[in-house]
Amino acid sequence: MEQSRPLWDNPLQFVFACISYAVGLGNVWRFPYLCQMYGGGGFLVPYFIMLIVEGMPLLYLELAVGQRMRQGSIGAWRTISPYLSGVGIASVVVSFFLSMYYNVINAWAFWYLFHSFQDPLPWANCPMNRNYTGYMEECEKASSTQYFWYRETLNISPSIEEHGSIQWEQAVCLILAWLVVYLCILRGTESTGKVVYVTASLPYLVLLIYLIRGLTLHGAVNGLVYMFTPKLEQLANPKAWINAATQIFFSLGLGFGSLIAFASYNEPNNNCERHAMIVSLINSATSIFASIVTFSIYGFKATFNYEDCVSKVILLLTNTFDLEEGFLTADNLEAMKNYLTSTYPNEYTELLPQIKNCSLEAELDTAVQGTGLAFIVYSEAIKNMEVSQLYSVLYFFMLLLLGIGSMLGNTTAILTPLTDSKFISTHLPKEAISGIVCFVNCIVGLIFTMEAGNYWFDIFNDYAATLSLLLIVLVETISVCYVYGLRRFEKDLHVMTGHKPSWYWKIMWAFASPVLIVSLFVFYLTDYILTGTLKYQAWDATQLRYTRYIYNSSLFNF
Amino acid sequence: PRTGQNAGAAPFIFFLTLQYTWDASEEYLFRAMVAFAMRRYSSKETTQISNVLLCNVTDRVSFWFVVADSSKNVTTIPRKNVEAAIRMNRNRINSAFLLNDDTLQFLKISSTLSPPIEPSLPIWLIVFGSVLCLILGGIVFLIVSGIRQRQKKNQASAEAENLEDKHETIVTTENGIPCDTLDFKAGHINGVYAAADDERFTPL
Repeated sequence: MEQSRPLWDNPLQFVFACISYAVGLGNVWRFPYLCQMYGGGGFLVPYFIMLIVEGMPLLYLELAVGQRMRQGSIGAWRTISPYLSGVGIASVVVSFFLSMYYNVINAWAFWYLFHSFQDPLPWANCPMNRNYTGYMEECEKASSTQYFWYRETLNISPSIEEHGSIQWEQAVCLILAWLVVYLCILRGTESTGKVVYVTASLPYLVLLIYLIRGLTLHGAVNGLVYMFTPKLEQLANPKAWINAATQIFFSLGLGFGSLIAFASYNEPNNNCERHAMIVSLINSATSIFASIVTFSIYGFKATFNYEDCVSKVILLLTNTFDLEEGFLTADNLEAMKNYLTSTYPNEYTELLPQIKNCSLEAELDTAVQGTGLAFIVYSEAIKNMEVSQLYSVLYFFMLLLLGIGSMLGNTTAILTPLTDSKFISTHLPKEAISGIVCFVNCIVGLIFTMEAGNYWFDIFNDYAATLSLLLIVLVETISVCYVYGLRRFEKDLHVMTGHKPSWYWKIMWAFASPVLIVSLFVFYLTDYILTGTLKYQAWDATQLRYTRYIYNSSLFNF
Repeated sequence: PRTGQNAGAAPFIFFLTLQYTWDASEEYLFRAMVAFAMRRYSSKETTQISNVLLCNVTDRVSFWFVVADSSKNVTTIPRKNVEAAIRMNRNRINSAFLLNDDTLQFLKISSTLSPPIEPSLPIWLIVFGSVLCLILGGIVFLIVSGIRQRQKKNQASAEAENLEDKHETIVTTENGIPCDTLDFKAGHINGVYAAADDERFTPL
């Protein structure tokens, strides 16, 4: 007896699954950085243009292919043309790469989440050194949050060649993360469909709480004003447009096969056009929403550090010159400095190297992205809030939900072609296939828990998916438009959604999107070639700063 | 801050905001606390408040102080003893002024940092353990219920197959309608014939 294809219980589950997959960590830690670097509020212009030219059409294309062919990526492309089954296999391989390293982020989120149940938070203070005479030197020179991230979480080695051993704490967190993913995908759409209700909606609740908290923080307005003032001259910078296109492309998760897999579990008459527009708009809106939260947090942190710096200078001067309490304030500091220079010139010049120039702009200018933003900057801001344990738990729980949501999409992209294949599904039940996939990924992922693991993570993060995805989506678009035929595709869409696609979709599919992808591809290739030797940032524990090392080909000899 | 050149004098500095103004009464309290510390340290009970002398009080509220030896005139108690006495009773002196080690600083007397309280089992392991048990329980439950469902389905489909085999042998169709549906359907009783048996026909 042939089993019918499992379906989503209702279209809402499908939309939530797509949102949960598309809205991921990139919305929180990449978009605010891009906004800050490329013109603040002005960055929204290239961003929305790229959304209309590239994001929505390609998303609709993938969903429509999946819904029409009702198979995972390998089967769908084989149905379009047997010569194109390589596209499907490429999608599965890229999804495999991504799931290998992406779940490590969830492991780190678990680690921080478990450590949030302490008072005070472990990254709030520096730990003491062995003799209890003072604080750890590495922590004093850097900051307590950086120390917690680099030493206690990652235990990072000075360079990628020094592998070190597997950190057992990180390894068990990784195993737990994979167990959670396994639990969610165990039964296929039956279990995934219930989980995505949570992973899609709860992060918005947490972001809302953080928005209210963030906007009421002292100094939040500084961050918002600084970041959002549009610097329209950046629009002339081609990098702004390229980064906008790249961000839209990767944020929607195109080319991995996850969207095809999700859509294949749809009813054949599902209105995927409307869903494509909804998902892409929600994804972009979430990015903007998250960056408002991030900028207010930035502003709070920068203001806090600035005021801390100023009060330290005041203290130093008050002690040196035996002035009365309250004589120096933040407002009269500059005037008083001049007065002191003239009255006690000798002592003042002696003191000069210790007096730091505190600047709010310098604090705001530290643009951070990626794991640095999520784990260092945010935890630094959280430790200064009241009831910091609550906010810490909420924040890392939200990171977990976002990460698990994206992992569900990635693993579905790998599993759907496997369960579609008659050969495998007759020999192994669904639970066993999911279990094997999770197990293999977990074992490989243990590499990222070694002392040099973060460097490997950076390699995968920067290079594993970029060019491959561009190529995959380019071939997808061209094959649907020219190999399968745009007219045939139109007819299929007419059958599925009830109306033919408008000229906007057709122009984007046939001309605009392929041209854009080709130009992105050419840009990245030339960038790689022109860069020459690739460098990476290493954390130097002795000098406590980043040094740039060159990737050595010998590091591949394990 | 000026470093001590005076052999016996210990400099002393106030930091940050005082919740009260510093006046002669506060100075008196300070001298009393130092005398108390000396008495506790040497357990001699001879130090008087008048033995403690303050000098060079500035607006910042920083000053030098010495403790004169009551038994021998014109000599001061050595610096080391005074420092040890103060270190022993630091807590009491701090609380008398509603300050702490950061806000009430004695130069050259460094505060010892309190050792951290290490719980026997790190808290994160406890939370980790509970989450792990929950997840494992969920996985086992889903797998077991999945296996049971599949067994039931296999049984049900096996039974259905047996029944179908029996029907297969005797299904005959008449005008495209399988006879067994006619057999099992409740037949329509033609009311005319039923009534006919009873009263329709006139009896002969």
